[in-house]
Amino acid sequence: MTILFAAISLAALGMGLGFLLGSASRYFKVEENPLIDEIEAMMPGSQCGQCAYPGCRPAAEALVSGEAPPTLCPPGGKALAERLANKLSIELDLSGMGDMVPQVAWIDESLCIGCARCIKLCPTDALVGAPKMIHAVVADACIACAKCVEVCPTECLKMHPVKVNLRLWRWPKPETALAGA
Amino acid sequence: MALIDMHALWSGKQFDIQSLLTGKRFDLNALLKGSQPKIRGGVHPEPRKEATADRPIDTGFPLPPMLYLALWQHVGKPAEPVVKVGDKVLKGQLLAVSQGAVSAPIHAPTSGTVADIMDFPSAHPSALPTPTLLLEPDGEDRWVSLPEKIDPFSLSPEEISLRVGAAGIVGLGGAAFPSAVKLNLGRRTKIQTLLINGGECEPYLTCDDRLMRERARIIVDGILIMLHGLGAQKAIVGIEDNKLEAYATMRTAADEIGDGKVEIALVPSFYPMGWDKQLIGYLTGKEVPADGRATDVGVLMHNVGTAYAVQQAIRHGKPLISRIVTVSGGAVDFPRNIEAPIGAPLASLLAHCEYRPDDTARYVMGGPMMGDSLPHPNVPLVKGTCGILALTQAEVSATNAKSCIRCSRCVTACPVGLQPLEMVARIRAGQLEQSLKFGLKDCISCGSCSYVCPSEIPLVHYFKYANGELLTRDQANHKAEQTKKLAEEKLARIERQKQEAAAAAALRKAAAKKPKITEQAA
Repeated sequence: MTILFAAISLAALGMGLGFLLGSASRYFKVEENPLIDEIEAMMPGSQCGQCAYPGCRPAAEALVSGEAPPTLCPPGGKALAERLANKLSIELDLSGMGDMVPQVAWIDESLCIGCARCIKLCPTDALVGAPKMIHAVVADACIACAKCVEVCPTECLKMHPVKVNLRLWRWPKPETALAGA
Repeated sequence: MALIDMHALWSGKQFDIQSLLTGKRFDLNALLKGSQPKIRGGVHPEPRKEATADRPIDTGFPLPPMLYLALWQHVGKPAEPVVKVGDKVLKGQLLAVSQGAVSAPIHAPTSGTVADIMDFPSAHPSALPTPTLLLEPDGEDRWVSLPEKIDPFSLSPEEISLRVGAAGIVGLGGAAFPSAVKLNLGRRTKIQTLLINGGECEPYLTCDDRLMRERARIIVDGILIMLHGLGAQKAIVGIEDNKLEAYATMRTAADEIGDGKVEIALVPSFYPMGWDKQLIGYLTGKEVPADGRATDVGVLMHNVGTAYAVQQAIRHGKPLISRIVTVSGGAVDFPRNIEAPIGAPLASLLAHCEYRPDDTARYVMGGPMMGDSLPHPNVPLVKGTCGILALTQAEVSATNAKSCIRCSRCVTACPVGLQPLEMVARIRAGQLEQSLKFGLKDCISCGSCSYVCPSEIPLVHYFKYANGELLTRDQANHKAEQTKKLAEEKLARIERQKQEAAAAAALRKAAAKKPKITEQAA
C-alpha cells in the first residue's frame, strides 16, 4: 500500500513540475534576436572556429551584440565582411584584412601515412583519400580552417598561401599620397 | 550622302594640307547639319604616328633563337598542348588545341623542335609566369603541306567559321576574342552589317594603317569572306581621317574587288573612335545598350587585321602565326612596323629596331591610352599585341595625384557618359558597391578621364582595381555558398551514419536475442 502512495505522489509531483516547466517555456520564453538567425545563415557554416568562437552561431551572436567586428571570419574574407557590415549597418574597417592572404591546405605526399584522421575532421570534405592511401586536398573546397594541420600525426599537412596566377591577379589599389580626398 | 563627295576629293590621291582642311571642315558641317550622330566624350591626344606611319612593314625580322608560345593568349580557356617535348614540328602545325566553346588553338610560327613546356613570364601587366610552349626554330622555316587554292565562296558559312576557329584567329585589335565565336554569334543573330574597324585611334600605333596601305586587296577579300561566313550583305570599313592614304588604297581595292558590298567611310580622328560602340554609333546611328552587344543592334565588328588573317586562313589555309606589330617610342632609334612571329620576345623586336634600354622609362604593350605597362620586355609577343613602345622619361607623365577639384572634365571626356569623379570618390572611400550605381561595370577603361584630369588622378587605375576587387568578392561569395553546402552535406551525412549505425546495432541486438528465444523454445 505504501508503495502505491509513493508512486502516486511522485507521479503527481512529476506531472506538476512538468506542467510548470512546460508553461514556463511558453510564457517566459527568451525572445532571440531574429537577426542572429539571419547572420548565421550568411556565415560559412563550417563551424571551423577560426574566429575564436566555438561555431558559426556563437560568432553570429557576438556579431549582433557588437562584441566582434564584421571582419571576424577568415574564410568569408572581405566579401563576407562587407555583407555583414551592410546587414548590421556598421562601419567597416577593412585595413586589418588587407594583408590577409588566402590560404589553402597542402599535403607533403612523402610524409602522408594515410591515417585518415584529417578526412574525418575536414568540415567541407575537402580532403579525399582512404586509410593507408595518400590523401589529397581539393583546393576549391578548402576553407583554410587548418583543423587538419592540428590533427596530422606526421605534420605533412601545411597551410600554404594560394599561388597567384593570371586568373587570380588583380590590379592593386593605386598608391597615392592623398587620403580620402 | 555627304561622304560621296569626299570620295571624289580623295580619289586624286593628292593629300595636301588644303584637302585635309576641307575634309575636316566637311565633317564639321556634316555634324552641324545633324547627318551624323553626335559623338560623346573623347579626347584628342597627340597622334605621334609620324615615326612609323610612312615606313613600310618590315618583313625581314630574323627568327629569334627561341619562340615562347603562351597557351593562354586569348579570351576564354587556355589551349591544351598536343605535342610533346622533343617533337619536331613544321611551320603552321597545330601545337595546342582549343578547350571548350570559347578558346583558340595555337600553331607553330616556324619549323623546329618543342624545347619545353614550362611557366614563362606572360605578356601581362603583372608578367606573372604562365604555361608556355617553347619552340626552338631549326632555321628551315618549312611549312606543313598547305592545301591547293580554296574557293571560299564554295564553302558553307558554317565551314568558314570552323576554319577561322581552327586557324586560331582571335581579334587582332587587342581584345583577342576568338573570331569564330563572334562569327557564329553574328550568323545566329542574322546581323545586317559587318563593321570593320580601321580606326586605330591609339597614339603611336600604325600597324592597321600600314596593313591597309600595303595589303588593302587582301583585307577587302577577307571582308568578303567574312560577309559570306555571316550571310550578311554589307560591310563598312571605318577609317579615321588622319589615315588618308590608307583610305585611298582601301577605296580603290573596294571599288575593284569589293563587289559593291564593301563601303569605306571616313570617321573623325579622335580618341576613342575605335571603341566598337562609338564606331557603331557614328557609322550606323544605332546605340548599343549598356549591357548589350553589338549584335543587339544588328552589327558585328572586326578589326582590319582580323580580316587579313581570315583571308590568309581561308584562301591559303595558313593559321594565325604572325602579326604586324608597331615598335615605337622615344627610346627606339628606328621605329617601324614589323611582321613578327607570335612568341617572339618583345625585347628582340625592340632590339631589332635598335632601342636604348637605358633611356627607356616605361615599356608599354599596346597603345599608351589603353595599353598595359610591362615590368620588363622579356615577355613573348601574343596574338593581341598591336604594339610595343619603349617610352622615354619625357613621354611618361609623372603621376602626382592631387585632390579632386570637381572640375568634371572627366565627365565631359567619358565616351560612355559616366561620372568618373563620383565613382573614384566612392572607390577611394572603400565603398565599391556604391561605385557600381554610377556605372562602374560600363567603364571601358579607355583612359580618357585620366588623360584630361588636371589633378592627375589615376582614375582608370582605380576603376580597374575596383572591378578586380569586386570580382574577387563575387568569387569569394560563390565559394562561401558552395563550401557551406558541402559543410551542411557533411553534417547531414554524419547524422545519417549515426542513425544507420544505431539501427544496425538495434538489429544486431534483436538478432542476438532471437537465437536465445529459439533455444528456449527448443
